[in-house]
Amino acid sequence: MAVGKEIKEQIASVKSTQKITSAMEKVAVSKMRRAQLRMEHSRPYADKIRAVIGHLANATSEYRHRYLQDRDVKRVGYIVVSSDRGLCGGLNNNLFKRVALQAKEWKEKGVEVDFCAVGAKARLFFSSFGGNLVASKTHLGDAPELASLIGSVKVMLDAFDSGKIDRLYIMHNRFVNTMTQQPVAEQLLPLKAEQDDSLKGHWDYIYEPDAKEILEGLLVRYVESQVYQGVVENNACEQAARMLAMKNATDNAGTMIKELNLLYNKARQAAITQEISEIVSGAAAV
Amino acid sequence: MAITVHCDIVSAEENLFSGLVERVVASGAIGDLGVEPGHAALLTPLKPGPVRIVKQGGSEEIIYVSGGYLEVQPNAVTVLADTAVRANDLDEAAALEAKKHAEQAILNQGADFDYSRALSQLAEAAAQLRTIQQIREKLGKH
Repeated sequence: MAVGKEIKEQIASVKSTQKITSAMEKVAVSKMRRAQLRMEHSRPYADKIRAVIGHLANATSEYRHRYLQDRDVKRVGYIVVSSDRGLCGGLNNNLFKRVALQAKEWKEKGVEVDFCAVGAKARLFFSSFGGNLVASKTHLGDAPELASLIGSVKVMLDAFDSGKIDRLYIMHNRFVNTMTQQPVAEQLLPLKAEQDDSLKGHWDYIYEPDAKEILEGLLVRYVESQVYQGVVENNACEQAARMLAMKNATDNAGTMIKELNLLYNKARQAAITQEISEIVSGAAAV
Repeated sequence: MAITVHCDIVSAEENLFSGLVERVVASGAIGDLGVEPGHAALLTPLKPGPVRIVKQGGSEEIIYVSGGYLEVQPNAVTVLADTAVRANDLDEAAALEAKKHAEQAILNQGADFDYSRALSQLAEAAAQLRTIQQIREKLGKH
């Protein structure tokens, strides 16, 4: 029967799309679990090193490391962490909106902004946004490694060391729960002192063997661990957002199929009715 | 009951220990050091080696770290380890093998020989063996 051929074809195409989205959803669910686990495993280290650095910033040391000194802000650096692939809802776009907003705020203050992009989507964004992109790293995969991040982090640290940038921020998505991801901006350098009254007053660590050496190693490791944590967390966000987006897409495809089916049946019914009435009126005419 | 202090041992991969301890003994950059409750604030890098903790109540645990940092605050001790393994999980055969391998690499230096890397490998393997030895002694004592 020729009736509703187009509708049938449309139903078939929506069905195959639905198959793809539901498969992607299932993949995202299992990947999210792993990403979440990874995030939880590396979180204690990131939290502890942040706490240690927080104490350190409160210490009244005779040696002030350059990462502890606030400078006049003429230029700031941003490490922007995004996903490598799309199809994850508004995750990246929300982050980039924040980036654009902050970049505008700095510009109004007459401060230049440098960017370091982690993830293919961020690189793509900056190529159209037109920011000053100084470093980028893409395709970290599902299990990002600290070693592969060190290079791009070092570019920003070197820029800070040589006084090219006076502040360093990191922007990534924070994993609140599977439904909610929040874009956040954190200041990495210079370090912000932890507000803790028990740490007030004049005290300092005993440094063994020597303050300069220890701080050099520890602070670089701190920045690296924070960036790594940001990447791992963003990865979990990506999978969660994709899972949700694909679930919505599958549901929408389901409704669409239902509607199309209804339309198809109606058309078929109308065709039958028409045929019968034609036969009946034909018979009556004889 | 003995005075205790809170201690955390974390590595990049996991949280290895968190709880009250009576004493922590670690190999710092300029020698082994023991930390007891009320120790002055201290910051030191760690060499590869065992970190021995005496938990509240006197039971001991040994954790192997391949380097990292030790922070002491009046109310907390934190070990930020590069990689850490519970000493019971250490594989003596693998450690011996690694040590032999590193020693040999230092003896027959090829064209692509990286001296500092081989040296650090050797130090790490030796430290692992030292950790295993310590556990042996402890077990022998009881």
